Amino acid sequence: MTLRLAGVSIRLGARNVLSGVDLDLAAGTFVAIVGPNGAGKTSALRAMVGELPFRGTISLDGAPLSGLTRAERARRIAYLPQGHVAHWPLPARDIVALGRMPHGAADPARLRPADAEAVDEAMRVTETETLAGRPVTELSGGERARVALARVFAVRAPVILADEPTAALDPRHQLDVSRALRSAADAGALVVAVTHDLGLAARFADLVAVLAEGRLAAIGSPEDALAPGILSRVFGIEAFRAENEGRPVLVPWS
Amino acid sequence: MTARTSGTGTIALLATGAALLFLVSLGIGPVRLPPWEVVRALGGGGSETDRIIVQSIRLPRAILGVSIGGMLGLGGAAMQGLLRNPLAAPSLFGAPQAAAFGAVATLSLGIADALSLALPFAAVAGAFLSIFALVAVAGRNAGLLLLILSGLAISSLAGAATALAMNLAPNPFAALEIAFWLLGSLEDRSMRHVAMALPFMAAGAALLLARRSAFRALTLGEEAAGSLGVNVGRLRLLVITGVALGIGGAVAVAGTIGFIGLISPHLVRPFVGYDPARALVPSALAGACLLTSADIAVRLIPSSSDIKVGVLTALIGVPFFLYLIVRERSRLQAGLIA
Repeated sequence: MTLRLAGVSIRLGARNVLSGVDLDLAAGTFVAIVGPNGAGKTSALRAMVGELPFRGTISLDGAPLSGLTRAERARRIAYLPQGHVAHWPLPARDIVALGRMPHGAADPARLRPADAEAVDEAMRVTETETLAGRPVTELSGGERARVALARVFAVRAPVILADEPTAALDPRHQLDVSRALRSAADAGALVVAVTHDLGLAARFADLVAVLAEGRLAAIGSPEDALAPGILSRVFGIEAFRAENEGRPVLVPWS
Repeated sequence: MTARTSGTGTIALLATGAALLFLVSLGIGPVRLPPWEVVRALGGGGSETDRIIVQSIRLPRAILGVSIGGMLGLGGAAMQGLLRNPLAAPSLFGAPQAAAFGAVATLSLGIADALSLALPFAAVAGAFLSIFALVAVAGRNAGLLLLILSGLAISSLAGAATALAMNLAPNPFAALEIAFWLLGSLEDRSMRHVAMALPFMAAGAALLLARRSAFRALTLGEEAAGSLGVNVGRLRLLVITGVALGIGGAVAVAGTIGFIGLISPHLVRPFVGYDPARALVPSALAGACLLTSADIAVRLIPSSSDIKVGVLTALIGVPFFLYLIVRERSRLQAGLIA
């Protein structure tokens, strides 16, 4: 599945948060969108999931998103918003089962075998099986992030959009969540993650898109898109660089 | 899955309770009748006096008790589900007060008498406007503080407007009548009242139950629910319309009866695994039980003049609300609910 943005612009009030962005993203890739605060990263993601009006076209395999019904879009694009919100103390498994709603599973207590299988598989991959019966509001931040990720995986959508999936997590959970998203991409999904963690982006992403002031400042492999000139121009920083296990290591330094 | 999630046991238990209370309600009054005589009089047997007492005097009151209580319980659960907030209820946000203003305005302006269909329509319009204003003023992702403040403002405005209508009432007796009617009561209601309110409440309940699973998805917040295919904007309109129809219909015949909608969802939530979708029907049944019990209680409490049921529900409901605040306090301060 290919996700294509052509001349996408977003206005929020009087401000242009995104101006004429073109992106061409293919299945089986892990794409990291980075950029300073206010660069339009989250808005771009919200437009892709249909939660924000935009100008231009966003299409899936050549078909514009606007032509899909809500349910059709929900089955194709799974979305993990910031913060992993849960307002009621539902058991974790019921939260994960919400991922089957686009497939018509309205009641987590009466899942069809195929839906139950997708839920179990998603909980296995995220190692959340042991949390199944625990109220989600009583989980730690890291556990809640994994449950939220399981809910997204349970949709079994070909496109996964994640907004700062590793924010506020300890290093162990940052790696676990990144690795789980990496595996989803390896299994054939298109994974697009907005992140502030340049180190994780460099290590895990196939493709890095750098947004600055609503425009695409650079796109390419981590080495190219996070090159010294771009980092100093976009973020005003310099980074320590190395290589480990064949992957670039990048630590913002000064 | 386990019994925790099904909720059918809870529904059966509450439905039985509501049915029993309904029968007791038909037997309580100046003439006390045991349940079997009530059933016989309902079926057309027994003495003529018994039949008149049960069928003409007490049946409308009992029907209104169960249906209005059920509507208030359902409305409370739906509002709490929509706003993802355990302290939300139509009565806290001024919906019944605004509905009462709609009704009072038509009464005191002489547009309609107390049995006209204009009354529920005016009440529904008042309730709709107030909830619409609440959501518009407080915003889509409003925290508790904004909701409570906006609700307070709206309910004060409705109260002031009602006071103005009474102020301008043509004679003091009309004002007194309105004041008593505002207290909320099910006394001396006829089948005409039932016929007037029931269609509105049935339509409201149907709307609120139409998209049940959407409330569950809203647990994840509006954006995630939207990404799962829920049309959040339409759900919001559905709940506003449903609550307005139900509350408007109820207020038009019974005045303002508060706090049933706030309490009922809390009583049932632990038994349905805190699932906002599965709490709807049990909460309606719990509301039916609560209001019918309260209406039985006002007939049993000895007093020189009759106590209005709306006064009793407020006397019990406000301390319960305070208890809820204390219980949620730590979470409120941590900002988890807001």
